Amino acid sequence: MGLAGFFRARIRALSPWRGAAIAAALLPLAGCFPAALDPQGPVGAQEKTILLDSVGIMLVVVVPTIVATLAFAFWYRAGNTKARRLPDFAYSGRIEMVVWSIPILVIIFLGGLAWVGSHELDPAKPLASPNKPLEVDVVSLDWKWLFIYPAQGIASVNQLTIPVGVPVHFTLTSASVMNTFFVPQLGGMIYTMNGMADQLNLQADHPGAYYGESAHYSGDGFSDMHFMVNAVSPQDFAAWVQKTHGAGPALDGGAYQALAKQSINVAPFTYGSADPNLFQAIVTQTQAPGPGPQTGQPTADVSPRTRG
Amino acid sequence: MFGKLSLAAIPLDQPIPMTASLIVALAGLGVLGWIAAKGYVPYLWKEWICSVDHKRIGVMYTLLAMVMLLRGFSDALMMRSQQALAFHSGGYLAPEHYDQIFSAHGTIMIFFVAMPFLIGLMNFVLPLQLGVRDVAFPTLNSVSFWLTATGVLLVNLSLVIGEFARTGWLPYPPLSELQYSPGVGVDYYLWSLQIAGVGTLLTGVNFVTTILKLRAPGMSYLRMPMFCWTSLAANLLIVAAFPILTATLAMLTLDRYLGFHFFTNGGGGNLMMFMNLIWAWGHPEVYILILPAFGIYSEVVSTFSGKPLFGYRSMVMATMAICILSFTVWLHHFFTMGAGADVNAIFGIASMIIAVPTGVKVFNWLFTMYGGTVRFTTPMLWSLGFMVTFVIGGMTGVLLAVPPADFLLHNSLFLIAHFHNVIIGGVLFGAFAGYTYWFPKAFGFRLHEGLGQAAFWCWLVGFYVAFMPLYVLGFMGMTRRMQHYDVPEWRPWLLIAAVGSAIITIGIVLQIVQLVVSIRNRESLRDETGDPWDGRSLEWSTPSPPPAFNFAVLPNVEGEEAYWGVKSTARERGQLRDEPAYEAIEMPRNSPTGFVCAFFATIVGFSLIWHIWWFAAVGFLGAYATFVAFAWRDHHEEFIPVEEVARIDRANRASRAAALARRAAS
Repeated sequence: MGLAGFFRARIRALSPWRGAAIAAALLPLAGCFPAALDPQGPVGAQEKTILLDSVGIMLVVVVPTIVATLAFAFWYRAGNTKARRLPDFAYSGRIEMVVWSIPILVIIFLGGLAWVGSHELDPAKPLASPNKPLEVDVVSLDWKWLFIYPAQGIASVNQLTIPVGVPVHFTLTSASVMNTFFVPQLGGMIYTMNGMADQLNLQADHPGAYYGESAHYSGDGFSDMHFMVNAVSPQDFAAWVQKTHGAGPALDGGAYQALAKQSINVAPFTYGSADPNLFQAIVTQTQAPGPGPQTGQPTADVSPRTRG
Repeated sequence: MFGKLSLAAIPLDQPIPMTASLIVALAGLGVLGWIAAKGYVPYLWKEWICSVDHKRIGVMYTLLAMVMLLRGFSDALMMRSQQALAFHSGGYLAPEHYDQIFSAHGTIMIFFVAMPFLIGLMNFVLPLQLGVRDVAFPTLNSVSFWLTATGVLLVNLSLVIGEFARTGWLPYPPLSELQYSPGVGVDYYLWSLQIAGVGTLLTGVNFVTTILKLRAPGMSYLRMPMFCWTSLAANLLIVAAFPILTATLAMLTLDRYLGFHFFTNGGGGNLMMFMNLIWAWGHPEVYILILPAFGIYSEVVSTFSGKPLFGYRSMVMATMAICILSFTVWLHHFFTMGAGADVNAIFGIASMIIAVPTGVKVFNWLFTMYGGTVRFTTPMLWSLGFMVTFVIGGMTGVLLAVPPADFLLHNSLFLIAHFHNVIIGGVLFGAFAGYTYWFPKAFGFRLHEGLGQAAFWCWLVGFYVAFMPLYVLGFMGMTRRMQHYDVPEWRPWLLIAAVGSAIITIGIVLQIVQLVVSIRNRESLRDETGDPWDGRSLEWSTPSPPPAFNFAVLPNVEGEEAYWGVKSTARERGQLRDEPAYEAIEMPRNSPTGFVCAFFATIVGFSLIWHIWWFAAVGFLGAYATFVAFAWRDHHEEFIPVEEVARIDRANRASRAAALARRAAS
């Protein structure tokens, strides 16, 4: 397993200085800025390594090809008296061999990277960590995100609070149409689909506020389907859970159906308690899918930015 | 009586569509009025609308594509300006309007610009390159064109009556289901694509039959020009893939119209099945577009390097490999759906394998230039621009085929930049190269060279300025189809992209000016010889424009590069071949079948969109009656007399002889 072993080692080797150098380069972009190339967790960092490696492998061929195109065109221009003309040169077995070999070699190399990378970074694969993962159930609705913490018995809308250094195991579904759960700085996006549950494992290594969004168009309110991920220390997370517990409304079937109605630009809020069976009820469609628009045109209360 | 249709369907309160459609309507009426005033109506009807001549149909296809390019590009300008403005604000386009614009932009650019442009060029060129008089089924060809025009008409009608889809250029369920899209937008999408799709499928059948069954004597498969090979591959793909599209859209239609549950949330529907089916068509579709463009580049690079295409057999192999492999990669459009590591890895690697034959093609074009005498005409500039740009697009495409990289970039503006990189830099540049290359053949005069080159540079620079920022934005986590956004770091790049779209606008204006100037100066740009570029394939042996019958006597092909061989012999001997024995030629009669059929198809489509069932029945009956009337015709061919054939061919021979003498003298 020479090649595979190499790639596996390469993907896992996250030299801190390298990360620091890139972080320094991107420093002006820090803050809540959602740069996918500024990873704040192991999944994003590995995906970035694969991405940059792939680009590097391909540039080895792409740059000479571009240069050769321009050089050949320039040198063999009609006006160049120094160029040697070969008007019947239309076949050469050697060149043909090289021409087929180069792309094949590149693809063997990249294919190895893709095979190993797909398995190492399978979204459903648990992350290696001494800590027990935090379970979060995610529901995309028209047009907001619902995060249920089944072990903690609480839930939040349009904001996700997670502890730093602890793997988070997301189970995701959709109340109505398709969306994609994506936090660029943590890496790895995944579709949410009604009647199905997907899985995703992510982890934040540094405290901070990270931008999350839907990466799949889902209708008129799509542009406002973003949320903040607050990555806090485990102590702060415990404090947040405690503070949230018992405060605010309860998330049961009725509250869910009210939430499932279309609305745009919903301010983040939390539920002090959450029905532990609700997520399963949504996936199995025991809770009916979101109702969609009530008329052909969006009304002002659904879409406040639309006037008339 | 009128189904869902009422006066409320006309968006009188929305100034943009109303103004746009008013201008289009006035311009259309103006053109029609001018035609009527000049007395051109009978000519237009007999010689164009009813024409079954593959060259005329090709020209009409291309014209349709160029007009629709203006529509699709207006949508693009609105999107770029909206995103430039909509930082911390709603911009000037409300979501329900913006969502229609990006859906219409994609639908129009793929189905009503790229497809008809390439089908138009294939129509014009294929029979000429194969050395035959027309396609296999000329009247069917006219039906195909007019059904495509019906699709165009319905899409444009949605501007004024009702709305267009708000679901993106591929209507993913459940968003496109009745529950979440109750309006008529998705129905406009479905019926215009279904009707145009029938036309495209018929074109595929027609061209495959033409290439397999109708070739000049001696034109074996491995003597066909590269463009014929890539067209064969593209049309085989059409025949294999378009029925999948038809079936998929039919299932969605059944969901919407009759309460079926193919893709609904409830009732056991499965949206993932839609994704699989639509991309089982959608990925071959990409190659349906790019393969003919590859053929055009092969012709252009070879002609303007003054050399045969390097590695012809290798190119044929690469083309057919792409044709087959294109059916094995569809899943890479949804790596992020959670299919599992094995599935993702296998489809990722399969997608990369397509890069092998594609890379071979690029290298072979490179070696076609090697040792050649390169002339930098407009078609050659488009081809060089393509080679540089497409390599970058190919690289970003392979990057997206690596599943873990796709997890970061899927659906982001990086993806948008990638496919515009290959569709503009590959398909559209190819279409423009073909347009400038074959224009003199079609009309008998060349296009203005300086304006063409200026347009090329604007397009090239504009493309890079408009789309390189989108790659950056993809890395910065910006996803596609955002009507507004609040991230300040994105804004500068969106402003640059808007500038790029303005530069492309200048390129388009220059292309329009080029056409006008060239028509006005056509006498000085006249192509006297029929061979303005020193071409190598059979179309250059005909006069420009070619007569209805193309070849007075079918050519006898004796090797690769059929016309180059004949021309070289003539140059060596210093004289043309002896005059052949002329005979009268039998050609198919023009027929209004296509136009009438499409007229009824428009009624059917419009009525079904608005649930006017009785009117749809009228349309169906009319279309059926048209076919019956056509099938019952007893006079379907006409003769071109031998004197006429001899006169036209002698004139062609005289101009060739004169060119030969001029060459000998210099």
